[in-house]
Amino acid sequence: MKKIIKYVIIDILRNRIMLAYTLFLFLISFSIFNLEDNSTKGLLSLLNIILIIVPLVSLLFSAIYVYNSAEFLELLVSQPLKRRTIWLSLFAGLSGSMALAFFVGAGIPILVFEATATGFMMLTTGIFLSVIFVAIAMLAAVKTRDKAKGIGVSILLWLYFSIIFDGLILFVLFQFADYPLEKAMIGLTALNPIDLGRILILLKMDVSVMMGYTGAIFKDFFGTQAGLITSFTVLVIWVIIPAWFSLRKFNHKDL
Amino acid sequence: MIIASNVSKRFGKLKALDDVSVTCAKGECIALIGPNGCGKTTLIKCILGMVIPNSGFITFNGKNIAHDWQYRARIGYMPQIGRYPENMTIGQVLDMMKDIRGRSAEQPDEELVSRFELKDIMHKRMRTLSGGTRQKVSASLAFLFNPDVLILDEPTAGLDPVASEILKEKIIAEKVKGKLVLITSHILSELDDLVTQVIFMQEGKLCFHKNIASLREETGEEKLSKAIARVMMGK
Repeated sequence: MKKIIKYVIIDILRNRIMLAYTLFLFLISFSIFNLEDNSTKGLLSLLNIILIIVPLVSLLFSAIYVYNSAEFLELLVSQPLKRRTIWLSLFAGLSGSMALAFFVGAGIPILVFEATATGFMMLTTGIFLSVIFVAIAMLAAVKTRDKAKGIGVSILLWLYFSIIFDGLILFVLFQFADYPLEKAMIGLTALNPIDLGRILILLKMDVSVMMGYTGAIFKDFFGTQAGLITSFTVLVIWVIIPAWFSLRKFNHKDL
Repeated sequence: MIIASNVSKRFGKLKALDDVSVTCAKGECIALIGPNGCGKTTLIKCILGMVIPNSGFITFNGKNIAHDWQYRARIGYMPQIGRYPENMTIGQVLDMMKDIRGRSAEQPDEELVSRFELKDIMHKRMRTLSGGTRQKVSASLAFLFNPDVLILDEPTAGLDPVASEILKEKIIAEKVKGKLVLITSHILSELDDLVTQVIFMQEGKLCFHKNIASLREETGEEKLSKAIARVMMGK
């Protein structure tokens, strides 16, 4: 397994897109921290950019990479290797390098300018989001044979998680405005890793007072030890479930 | 050595394999013949575990291959269209395969690598290679690990006459060592001096599996191509 991960990572690191992504994150993080005189404010601006870009790049890059390594997978499957090993190595290689790119690009500036609990929370969430969206992209890529369709599905998934989901939440909130929905909102955020990440970081920043009564409920839940553990468990589940489904599909796929 | 029992595979509506049962014994050189799209490659891919049959099973040395993977260490496979990671060089692909197979105790069989003169172009990237050179790499990889079974899918398609002669000599040499060789080809004249048995397939079904001697006797033709033509006409 280690050998295949090695070959996947070597191949990805040779890719210029990965380098460009790291550089882009690095430049953005540095310039934002330098623009704002207060680094906490910088972190808040950075948050919004990261929550858009990290899932998008993770999804698209991984989906395209899986399609482009069809030959590599075919070659490996005809060798004395378990399909499980091949697929999990690909997953480990992809998520490892996406996480590494995030760590170098955004993590280092964060640690330099804002090495606080909030900064660490942002770092962890960013790495989690990278891995989660690699898993989702691999599921989308293994389910659809056609490359154009698979990449289209990945873009739609990103749209859903970044924009459409929030729209749906707003819709629900307005429709059921007469009911106490604050507790239900906590459950709903678990359905979207991006939202979950955003709330985890915002609550660390003490701007939750701006979010009104729902913010108070969130603070009540996510601010506690149990809430924090629950939300990280949910993030882990977001990694495991797509990865497991894609593995199951790959085990029975005809190459 | 390889026994397929009632293997069926469908891709959507198309029945690629329909209740195919074959037995391949050690020391034989078997030709898989049939018109385009008759399921030869699908059968080979089933044996390699790249395609999973809808029903039926395949055993390798008495073990079902469905949940096994180690048996593939004993197979050398040369695909019809060799597809390799595009931005790796020939040398890297060879090294990677040696690394993955990881049988350091055994000296890899690099006869084909040297006879095809791949040593001089080791630094070339796979995407820059011509179809024939790719085939040479595929062939070298198939023979590299001294496998007990060789599965060659259209081995000489795209090879120049010199290279295909080298490959044929190598196949005969391996056959003499008592290995099982499975070949598919459309150029029947090439198979004449290689094969000992013929499997003929049509539309996913196995038509016959015969010894070449008995096939010659039945049809009264010396050449394989004519014998097959006679069988097809007779149907």
